[in-house]
Amino acid sequence: MTEAVQIANSHSGSATLAVAHSIEKHRVAAVVMVLAILPVVLPYPALAINILIFGLFATGFNLLFGYTGLLSLGHAALFGAGAYGCGIAIAKLGLDLFSAVLCGVALALLVSAVIGALAIRTRGVYFGMVTLALAQCLYFIFYQWVSVTGGESGLRGVSVKRIDLGPLHVDLLNPMQKYYFFLLFVAVALAGFSRILRSPFGAVIEGIRENENRARASGYSLDVMKWMSFVLSGAFCGLAGALNAIHLGIVSIETLFYTTSGTVVMMTLLGGMGTFFGPFVGAALFLALEDVASNWTTHWQLVAGLIFIACVRFFPKGVWGSVLARTVG
Amino acid sequence: MADISFGLIALQVLTGLALGCIFVLVATGLTLIFGMLNVVNFAHGAFCAAGAYIGVFAFGYTGNFWISLVVVPVVMAVLGMFTERYLLRPLYGRDMSYPLLLTFGLGYVVIELIRILFGTDGIPFSAPAALKGSMFLGDFSFPRYRLFVMGFTAVMLVGLWLFIEKTPFGLIVRAGARDAEIVKVLGIDTSKVWLLIFALGTAIAGIAGFLAAPMRGVIPEMGVTVLIEAFVITVIGGMGSLPGAIIAGLLMGVVVSITSYFAADFSSIVMFAIMAVILIVRPQGLLGRPEAAR
Repeated sequence: MTEAVQIANSHSGSATLAVAHSIEKHRVAAVVMVLAILPVVLPYPALAINILIFGLFATGFNLLFGYTGLLSLGHAALFGAGAYGCGIAIAKLGLDLFSAVLCGVALALLVSAVIGALAIRTRGVYFGMVTLALAQCLYFIFYQWVSVTGGESGLRGVSVKRIDLGPLHVDLLNPMQKYYFFLLFVAVALAGFSRILRSPFGAVIEGIRENENRARASGYSLDVMKWMSFVLSGAFCGLAGALNAIHLGIVSIETLFYTTSGTVVMMTLLGGMGTFFGPFVGAALFLALEDVASNWTTHWQLVAGLIFIACVRFFPKGVWGSVLARTVG
Repeated sequence: MADISFGLIALQVLTGLALGCIFVLVATGLTLIFGMLNVVNFAHGAFCAAGAYIGVFAFGYTGNFWISLVVVPVVMAVLGMFTERYLLRPLYGRDMSYPLLLTFGLGYVVIELIRILFGTDGIPFSAPAALKGSMFLGDFSFPRYRLFVMGFTAVMLVGLWLFIEKTPFGLIVRAGARDAEIVKVLGIDTSKVWLLIFALGTAIAGIAGFLAAPMRGVIPEMGVTVLIEAFVITVIGGMGSLPGAIIAGLLMGVVVSITSYFAADFSSIVMFAIMAVILIVRPQGLLGRPEAAR
């Protein structure tokens, strides 16, 4: 159940509920406010930028996994398409930042339209298998297409030093300014995301998650709805990828590797799937853990895998999901 | 293309069949586990890599290929039993994505453990002395080891078929795949059957990894490559269908082998292209039943 349904179901008027209710009502503002103070609280802004980008990536993934109930293991392809689309536009075509971000999102939309169209022909566990395989296919294509993508050594020269927003000059070499500049994109994306969830379409995809047969009996074309959900998910993940390309100044081929898909699944699970805040909570926890763990081991993948197993086995609701279940019942 | 002789094509087909045998073994283990436990084992490729490393390690220790070929399935079966008993069993009855996610995480752990124990670089491994060299078939030669892989795979598949179709335990397996509930009602402890099937599936994966070692090398990342190949083959062949996995596996082996000869750049992509076509034309796979595409 989502926050909205849970809150609507409970009629007691306790103070926590009132708070929960008002947060839910202004969820975009709440997330953006938390994100706005993040770089001030965290030890260094680079971590905050990563949380911002991967939180958005996990949010996009959550549309498909948490809200539509489709487990994709190929979202690296969408994130990577956004990153390469944006990166190629800057490094090879010399476009400005905003057009480049649009290029990234457009490429991610194209890739998600194709992968989505093929993957929705399968259901359940097949969906995970097919998305994983198709994403790996994109990895191979970009790996071999050296003239455009840089192949194994990655796409270099995605550098944007400064950007002029009317009278405002943003210095992208300054991490704080970069963070708040990126936050503008994320805030707009989150507003759009919240709007999608509250639309009739949002209700339909949640209906598909709860009961496919009933959704079909209500006269909805499941294939079209699932495909739209996949493509919309691709737009958010693509934007996250594009921002990541600008942030790092390089697009590495690892972006498209299956571990990126695994990372976003882990973040969403850790935070709480099907919740609005969950993906950001999960991204923050995951990246903080990675940051701490990489101080004492080079084998972060081992730790990540163990966290993954522990999450699925003992903690399937995730951190934010469990918090919600406690306060709202 | 007049200079491309019949012999050359035949050689590529044979090479492809040997590669296909590896595909078949990996996909068979995956299909067996899915058919019975309804679990897609995303750690299957990692188990395959683990089998290869255990085999290479045992070979270094004993110096005997045949002993290693026995050690691999035994160790892998124990590993499989542990996985099923302590990791997967508590998740039965929950949504199908939970075991999937758990094994996905397990794959990370296994591959990273391999990196820690054996290093990140690949280990070279060549065929045992008795199987080295080539055999002359007509006017062209073919590596003896690949013929051995084909023969060994055939023997294993026949053994597996006899086990499932002709033994009392196989009867339980077949019945359990159709309706586990009824089998339970008849007084059979299905949890033991599932434990053994999972162990069997992982043992076959381990053997496949070890057999592939002299042909494809041994690196930790093979766990990922092999997993994806097995997925593509099960989707093409039809999920849960053993004959489908065999036909699709051999077919893909030949296709990959021929493509890598004529257009090497496309050899890693051709499988996915075929999978995409299958998904459009026949989403349940070559031999899958339509309702099985759950």
